Amino acid sequence: MSSDVRFTDFKSDKQPTWCPGCGDFGTMNGMMKALAETGNDPDNTFVVAGIGCSGKIGTYMHSYALHGVHGRALPVGIGVKMANPELEVMVAGGDGDGYSIGAGHFIHAVRRNVDMSYVVMDNRIYGLTKGQASPTSREDFETATTPEGPGQPPVNPKALALSAGATFIAQSFSSNAQRHAEIVQQAIEHDGFGFVNVYSPCVTFNDVDTYDYFRDSIVDLADTDHDPGNRDMAKDKILESDKEYMGVLYQDDSSVPFEQREGIEAPMNDVPDGAPEGAMDLVREFY
Amino acid sequence: MPDDLNWAIGGEAGDGIDSTGKIFAQALSRAGRHVFTSKDFASRIRGGYTAYKVRTAVDRVESVVDRLDILIALTERTIHENEDELHDDSVIIYDGERSTMQDVEVPGDATALEVPLKRLAEDAGGAIMLNVVALGAACEVTNFPIENLDESLQKRFGDKGEAIVENNKTAARKGQEYVREEYDHDFDYDLETTDADYVLLNGDEAIGMGALAAGCKFYSGYPITPATDVMEYLTGRIDQFGGKVVQAEDELAAINMALGAARAGARSMTATSGPGIDLMTETFGLVATSETPLVICDVMRSGPSTGMPTKQEQGDLNMTLYGGHGEIPRFVVAPTTISECFWKTVEAFNLAEKYQTPVFLVSDLALAVTEQTFPPETFDMDEVEIDRGKVVDEEEIDSWLDEQGRFQAHFAAADGISPRAFPGTTGGAHMTTGLEHDELGRRTEDQEIRIEQVDKRQQKVETAREQEDFDYREFGDSDADTLVISWGSNEGALREGLGFLEEEGYDIRFISVPYIFPRPDLTEAVEAADDVIVVECNATGQFADVVEHDVLQRVDRINKYDGVRFKADELAEDIEQHLAGEAGTQEATQ
Repeated sequence: MSSDVRFTDFKSDKQPTWCPGCGDFGTMNGMMKALAETGNDPDNTFVVAGIGCSGKIGTYMHSYALHGVHGRALPVGIGVKMANPELEVMVAGGDGDGYSIGAGHFIHAVRRNVDMSYVVMDNRIYGLTKGQASPTSREDFETATTPEGPGQPPVNPKALALSAGATFIAQSFSSNAQRHAEIVQQAIEHDGFGFVNVYSPCVTFNDVDTYDYFRDSIVDLADTDHDPGNRDMAKDKILESDKEYMGVLYQDDSSVPFEQREGIEAPMNDVPDGAPEGAMDLVREFY
Repeated sequence: MPDDLNWAIGGEAGDGIDSTGKIFAQALSRAGRHVFTSKDFASRIRGGYTAYKVRTAVDRVESVVDRLDILIALTERTIHENEDELHDDSVIIYDGERSTMQDVEVPGDATALEVPLKRLAEDAGGAIMLNVVALGAACEVTNFPIENLDESLQKRFGDKGEAIVENNKTAARKGQEYVREEYDHDFDYDLETTDADYVLLNGDEAIGMGALAAGCKFYSGYPITPATDVMEYLTGRIDQFGGKVVQAEDELAAINMALGAARAGARSMTATSGPGIDLMTETFGLVATSETPLVICDVMRSGPSTGMPTKQEQGDLNMTLYGGHGEIPRFVVAPTTISECFWKTVEAFNLAEKYQTPVFLVSDLALAVTEQTFPPETFDMDEVEIDRGKVVDEEEIDSWLDEQGRFQAHFAAADGISPRAFPGTTGGAHMTTGLEHDELGRRTEDQEIRIEQVDKRQQKVETAREQEDFDYREFGDSDADTLVISWGSNEGALREGLGFLEEEGYDIRFISVPYIFPRPDLTEAVEAADDVIVVECNATGQFADVVEHDVLQRVDRINKYDGVRFKADELAEDIEQHLAGEAGTQEATQ
């Protein structure tokens, strides 16, 4: 790992095709800054991206990366990290990828607590398919496929994470470049599954959850007496439906990553030229 | 009496049928006899009829037959379930003192051998050992030295303490002595022992052992009958070789975790059965387009839907050959025997890494639940060869960079195989995606690049055809007018069945096909025969369709895959060219 890595080293030569003003620009910049700030470089970093506007991030960043099947980014990240714990693994996706089609994996990735970070670009809308309701859309949010609104309450991903035994839960806002990068950095540095939900506004299809809305309503936890080590305080903040917070809501400092508990010590990419030593004992077991 | 003996124990699920049967099978194996076992079971923990059957002979046995010589019946239903297989010389051992077994009637002239299993077990230390009493009785009936049971009792109960082992040995002897004293006559059965040493294992275990031999270090799966034994075998054992088994939340996660581990450079695998392979299908295309080496094992069972989870079928051939939208290069390998489950697994890992594409290892319930004896040298680990394909390290990476120093993970090499750099390799950072992409892995919809990448991926199949030996296994009379073709697990039953026909004067050539795609060319063999019969365990003849397809070969093809629809003038031109004898559009019309 070189010490002089700059965040632009994580930039690919592909120009993003996100709409001008899209929150994902800020989200990605913060991720790249946080990766550089934590001493990583593109050759030891693996980014897994989901499907949707957010999923394009793998193309715009420079690192080892996989852009996979809709909703399955987390399992891929888990496989990468377990097979090589020396890699920095970052999974990125959107609210549809993570909380709808991939919701099952989200819960289990939280429970498993593999040492990786998960950045969800939450714009409360399906942008790439041109504006349908997402699992975090408001109950009365009108779209072409939900003319009266979804008619069901939005998913609360932070509450899901807390109930599933999360060891790190944070909320960020793409527009606040410095705080966003700091929060993602904390997720990377956390020993376990670092979950960051990022408000990343869609300027084209969501006229409710806008930059202005978040700027006006968001409260930085750093300016409050919030203690991220206090699970009850975290729970209260997470369940307050009329407030938006920014910062680390919960962190368990005693977290031990899954792969460490499972005793994985070395990368699994080394294979001998023939059957491994001791293989004949496997046959003898069947006597 | 025939050379082989067919033995079974049957009762309710939860009666310890499997473990008792396994103790007897192991004892036979240790005594130098060949063994072939089978199970009748339902997918429930308790309740319902279940049986463990053992066929044994001094010579190899490769199949089950419809004949039962010795039956230990723990329930009356066990006798009814096997009525058709019992004959006049059959011996049925049961506990006539049980209230549920008072009015048992044995079919025909079969011998009813009443043994107070429960009472004798209690005398030996506990009613729980009644199955072992029955084993002792079976030893006496078959003139099988009871000492052979001792080692397998030790293996089964050793971890529960010496006292338990001794009690079980006593229980077995009580059964033996009871039969000797109460039924003082020769039963006509004689299980001869030999000095041979055999190992006894099932197809799932052979696949698991093959994976370890091949250096597999990551397995993720979701429990499903009849593939779970692969996962259970690997759990714990894989750790000794620096690997790990992960139980995923579903098959969608299982295949994606395995994919992630493979991209990180581990030899990686998942195994499942029908309903699980359905879920995994969504990721087949990504494995192939990201050019990730992955072994996907499908241990087939009866479908469709939940079907008959504990019954045999070879119904997933089309699924593994064609499953997934779009078109991808793939290998489909179907081991034909339990020992081949081991060797084909080793080969599957090599194919996956050499060609960087999914390899489907297609086994089935018949292989998975059958335990069979083999000389240990059948699994000679010194014969295992590992080929990791085109992996490049930091020194080699320079020759695979473009002018701007970017690693070309999808380089369109003539043989279709690109270099592979494990994450962590300096200079190798690259993107890969399920979107169509260029040589750098960046998404594109450029028509020329699209065609180049499709052709490059498909080229792997052609390269493999040239480099690998995808041959069939042949038995019987190669000049015969009758040709029988089969794939997968039917080989053993067919070999033995055709032997019966041979004794009656039939000459038959038998071709057993372990490579489903790419597969050996059967045209010559089919055309040389008067009668061709394709045997498979399914209703529609999926492999028969494949054979007919290969042999027919009447159509020419016009294909277009640059992402643009056919245009009228272009089509007219293409067809005209064809009629004029020129090559068709395998590439886009410019």
